[in-house]
Amino acid sequence: MSALLEIERLHLELAAPGGAVPILRGVSLTLAAGSVLGLVGESGAGKTMVGKAVLGLQPAQARISEGALRFDGRDLTGLGAEERRRLLGRDMALIPQDPMTALNPVMRIEAQMTDVIRFHLGLGREAARERALALLAAVHIRAPERVLRQYPHELSGGMRQRALIAIAFACRPRLIVADEPTTALDVTVQRQILRLMKELQSTAGTALLFITHDLGVVAKLCDRVAVMHAGRVLEAADVAEVFARPRHDYTRALFAATPRYDRPADALVPVPADLTERLLAEARTYDEARRRHA
Amino acid sequence: MAERGRGTAPWRNRRVLFGGGVLLLLIIVALAAPLIAPHDPLEQDLLSSFAPPFWRPGADPGHLLGTDSLGRDILSRLVYGARVALTVALVAATLAAALGTVLGLFAGYVRGPADAVISRLVDVWMSFPPVLLSVVLAAVVGAGLKAVILAIIFVDWTRFCRIVRAEVLVQREQDYVTAAVTIGLGRARVLRTEILPNLLPTLLVLLSLEMGIAVIVEAILSFVGLSVASDAPTWGGLIQEGRLYIHQAWWMMALPMLCIIVTVLGFNALGDGLRETLDPVLRR
Ligand SMILES: Nc1ncnc2c1ncn2[C@@H]1O[C@H](COP(=O)(O)OP(=O)(O)OP(=O)(O)O)[C@@H](O)[C@H]1O
Ligand SMILES: [Mg+2]
Repeated sequence: MSALLEIERLHLELAAPGGAVPILRGVSLTLAAGSVLGLVGESGAGKTMVGKAVLGLQPAQARISEGALRFDGRDLTGLGAEERRRLLGRDMALIPQDPMTALNPVMRIEAQMTDVIRFHLGLGREAARERALALLAAVHIRAPERVLRQYPHELSGGMRQRALIAIAFACRPRLIVADEPTTALDVTVQRQILRLMKELQSTAGTALLFITHDLGVVAKLCDRVAVMHAGRVLEAADVAEVFARPRHDYTRALFAATPRYDRPADALVPVPADLTERLLAEARTYDEARRRHA
Repeated sequence: MAERGRGTAPWRNRRVLFGGGVLLLLIIVALAAPLIAPHDPLEQDLLSSFAPPFWRPGADPGHLLGTDSLGRDILSRLVYGARVALTVALVAATLAAALGTVLGLFAGYVRGPADAVISRLVDVWMSFPPVLLSVVLAAVVGAGLKAVILAIIFVDWTRFCRIVRAEVLVQREQDYVTAAVTIGLGRARVLRTEILPNLLPTLLVLLSLEMGIAVIVEAILSFVGLSVASDAPTWGGLIQEGRLYIHQAWWMMALPMLCIIVTVLGFNALGDGLRETLDPVLRR
């Protein structure tokens, strides 16, 4: 399998009053076509920023100072707005974190679904509607006709996330970025949504960049996993490999901090402070070295 | 913001009903003025000048609300005055809204230097007393209905611009906008079909309030003689004439004032009612 997405030594910094703040410190990742890469790490590690950089949605004050992002061999960093638009929704898509806010409150589901279909596939209104119905059926929505006529606030969180997943898969993109797509949902719904994503991903052969805090989800859904901390990838390998033999101390600490059914809750150990200290010191040394180099 | 009325349909809200009723009445009166008015509003009859209204002794049944110094029928003049008031309210408020909204959308979405220029302009504009600005403008452009409408647009686009810009700044950070961008929709498209519909409730509220303001401004400009030709019936003009006879015939001034007050209250109630009822549905 060839790599669909290659991220090479990606440096991203945010302009701030006191000077640029490094957010991503030389992130390298590859994602093979049709496979699932889990991106884990604690809050603030930069997982979301990686996903945004891939889609070109980083905030205005962000600057990619070094490194490359390649999609299907094509450089993404220098893409013009027009080329980017043709890519988004068609070749790569996003499943957002919060289905409650990611749909436009004043538009019917039909318009929100057919927009992407008509825009990229050039279908007419009727054909786009047919396709939207088929997509809703594919995400196991039982009354697709009715849902098309509804507004977001008339749907439950799980239903909305299904609609958003349907939108993401609408043009059969080759890559989908899913940023914690189930954290806003309750536990039973989470499981259904994950199962649905796995099903669609494997039948459509879509590659998935799956951002999560949950190692349990990684074990079920992902082929490979990358562990991030403070804008660096500490370890990236096959899921089975990482679960059997975690190489980095931080990965081991993450496992120890994750609740598991075969362990009492009080056996959970938070990530030790001195380890965090050490990693942050490493990050600072890294910034220092770069600054001298520049 | 008031919690009252939240979640109810707009047409069940008492303020919306009252305001909508006033607006509807105004529209009917304005459209059907020739049918409703018992006389030609310009027709003079010097022999029956200063006829008292129906509740005073010696009233003329042909002139329900009496006549003015030239014997013109006051009721008919009020009815035709509604035409001017409504025209100004609708046309001026709509155009001010259109201009302000376009500039506000643009400033809020592109940010950068264009936004800075527009925002400064709005700040400077708003630091002038609005009535003074419109009087000066009407004086420069010349009197007449067109001048009044231009003056209102010229002064009041800033109300819309400022609020629309602020709303766009809020909306553009919403997840649904990001989601629209990730399906490949362009800037202009996102602004028009995703953000603008979310601003409609706000715009409707502002528009009703602006109509009330337009009625007042038109009255002020007619009062100072800058509106339509001085013998043409406008509420402001009627107040100006009535002012001269305040001791003998107070109603000549009070009646047009009442018309203005009810109209403005109606527009304000409509605006407030819409704000109460549209907010929760559309912007939970
Ligand atoms: N728009 C922004 N302005 C300033 N700082 C930002 C911005 N977006 C992200 N950051 C910073 O970048 C770093 C990485 O953020 P990011 O959202 O990628 O983390 P994350 O790993 O996704 O965390 P979480 O698990 O909480 O979602 C954080 O330190 C955050 O404070
Ligand atoms: Mg995140």
